[in-house]
Amino acid sequence: MATIYNVGKKNHAHEKTGAGIAKCARANTGARLPAHARLMPATNSRRGLLIVICACLAYLLTVFFCGMFMNPELYAVNYGNKFIAPEWGHPFGTDFMGRDMFFRCVKGMSNSLAIGLAAAAISSVIGLALGISSAVIGGKFDKFILWCVDCCMGLPHLVLLILISFMLGRGEFGVLCGIALTHWPELTRVVRAEVVQLRTSQFILASYKMGMSKFQVAKAHVIPHVLPVYFVGLVLLFPHAIMHEAAITFLGFGLSADMPAIGVILSEAMAHLATGKWWLALFPGLMLMLAVVLFEAIGGGLNKLLSPASGHE
Amino acid sequence: MHIFTVTIRMLILLIAVSALSFILIAKAPIDPLTAYIGTESTLSQEAKDEIAAHWGLNDSLPQRYFKWAGNVLRLDLGESITYKRPVAEVIGERFSHSVILMLLAWALSGILGFLLGMKSGSLQGRLPDRAIKTFCLLLQSTPVFWIGLLVLSLFAVKLGWFPIGMEAPIGKLAADVTAGDRIYHLILPVFTLTIVGMGKITLYTRRKYIETAGSDFVLFARARGETSRQMFTRHIMRNIALPAVTVQFASFSELFGGMALAETVFSYPGIGTATTAAALNGDVPLLLGTALIGALFVFAGNLTANILYGVFDPRLKEGGDYI
Repeated sequence: MATIYNVGKKNHAHEKTGAGIAKCARANTGARLPAHARLMPATNSRRGLLIVICACLAYLLTVFFCGMFMNPELYAVNYGNKFIAPEWGHPFGTDFMGRDMFFRCVKGMSNSLAIGLAAAAISSVIGLALGISSAVIGGKFDKFILWCVDCCMGLPHLVLLILISFMLGRGEFGVLCGIALTHWPELTRVVRAEVVQLRTSQFILASYKMGMSKFQVAKAHVIPHVLPVYFVGLVLLFPHAIMHEAAITFLGFGLSADMPAIGVILSEAMAHLATGKWWLALFPGLMLMLAVVLFEAIGGGLNKLLSPASGHE
Repeated sequence: MHIFTVTIRMLILLIAVSALSFILIAKAPIDPLTAYIGTESTLSQEAKDEIAAHWGLNDSLPQRYFKWAGNVLRLDLGESITYKRPVAEVIGERFSHSVILMLLAWALSGILGFLLGMKSGSLQGRLPDRAIKTFCLLLQSTPVFWIGLLVLSLFAVKLGWFPIGMEAPIGKLAADVTAGDRIYHLILPVFTLTIVGMGKITLYTRRKYIETAGSDFVLFARARGETSRQMFTRHIMRNIALPAVTVQFASFSELFGGMALAETVFSYPGIGTATTAAALNGDVPLLLGTALIGALFVFAGNLTANILYGVFDPRLKEGGDYI
């Protein structure tokens, strides 16, 4: 990755020339650019990316807040409506207690999002702190942190999640801690790699010569520099966190069964699949997949927006 | 030399990981004694204390760990509470089921993913490539168990081509179960895991292909007048195949997690269902045993990947420090 000395400035400069570069790219298209660039000129421009990101964000926020403030009556038990296949009144059908699956899915997705966001945020802060300190302090400490990263990756991720949730006595708290404590290693590596590149650059060396301490350098130069990488890493962490939350809940360790969550819904659906109630599994999973895809789109878009080097690829 | 240092380093890591899982489980709010004798036992307090002392529950954590580790080295993993049998036996039996499942899925997803990635890379930007790429990206954002559920409801319930779960027909004596039965029951879980595992390796191969095909040495080969076929076998294949294999070995951790989920969906009696059952029932010896197996499995994969890197990358073989 190219070293960027002043992210804000570069971005600004790029903003001005963005249109020009896009034009160049389009002019060149026939000669050099791969065909997919020809097919999607809109996503290459920064404005297009911004619109895509905002649209994704709007959907996710809508689901999140709709679920947050949803009237529980909407997915209340109603044995009169058991196992209705998808129709206009119930777009996702109803389950074995006659609960409307559409509203239950939205509520569940909102719960999953909340847990995923919280856990990913904690995890990313751990990753950021460890990554920066590991690279800035260096030496034995650096080796130790890398060793810890390997150690955390030495168990299958799911097994580690189960163990942590087991230790904390299952439930919401266990899942939150499990996800928060198992997702930092990758981000730590990414951040560390970024900082290691930075470590020998002129302006950092000059700051040391001027008598700044390691902590001051970290605060004044390193953190602002890695923030873009961190944000992209954070956004790309969400989908992982959400998927793992669903997986561990599905296995019976996460959120309790009375709380609507995608994992709970799917594990309930498993019992009724054999009798042909396919809609109980299809729609909640689709909803989860959509959220994950959108988060990845946001992450990818942010990555392009924040790093000018790949902005005109 | 490289192999030796890597092995030593990873062995130390394995010990640390086992200690980590031991601590996590030992700190759990589950009393092993209550879990073993049940909450409604009529044992007197003295008898309970005696058992606790016999098991060494009052010892310090390091003492307990070393005792357990010593026993593990003698292949004594304790007694499973859930299955009322020695843990080593349970794990042995279950792992033999899981290993077939994982190896098949691993090999199939590797081969198919590699071929698909090659195809996709060679058609870069055209419609099939875009379709394959989108499909793989979607696969990567899909939970394993959901794919399992869909596969199950389509092929087993709707179409009725395959059995709904388990590893052998229900109601058939264990002695009568044929190899055919087992294979028949394996198809859906293997299919699920293969599809899920394919995404990563396909995208990796595709990216590598595009990278290699655009490199200077391929351009030079073309300038020398090599045919596409020669270029493919001499330059592109060689540059992609080995890293792809190592990536596939390094994915053991995800494979294990995927397997645990797929086994739950297909109620397949393997190591994954044993892990969840152990954790849900507070079966500490079995949970420790399965965690250890998981760690060993990841260890084996990472070790192979590391050694392969060393063997096939001449820069590492010469002992240079390039990382």
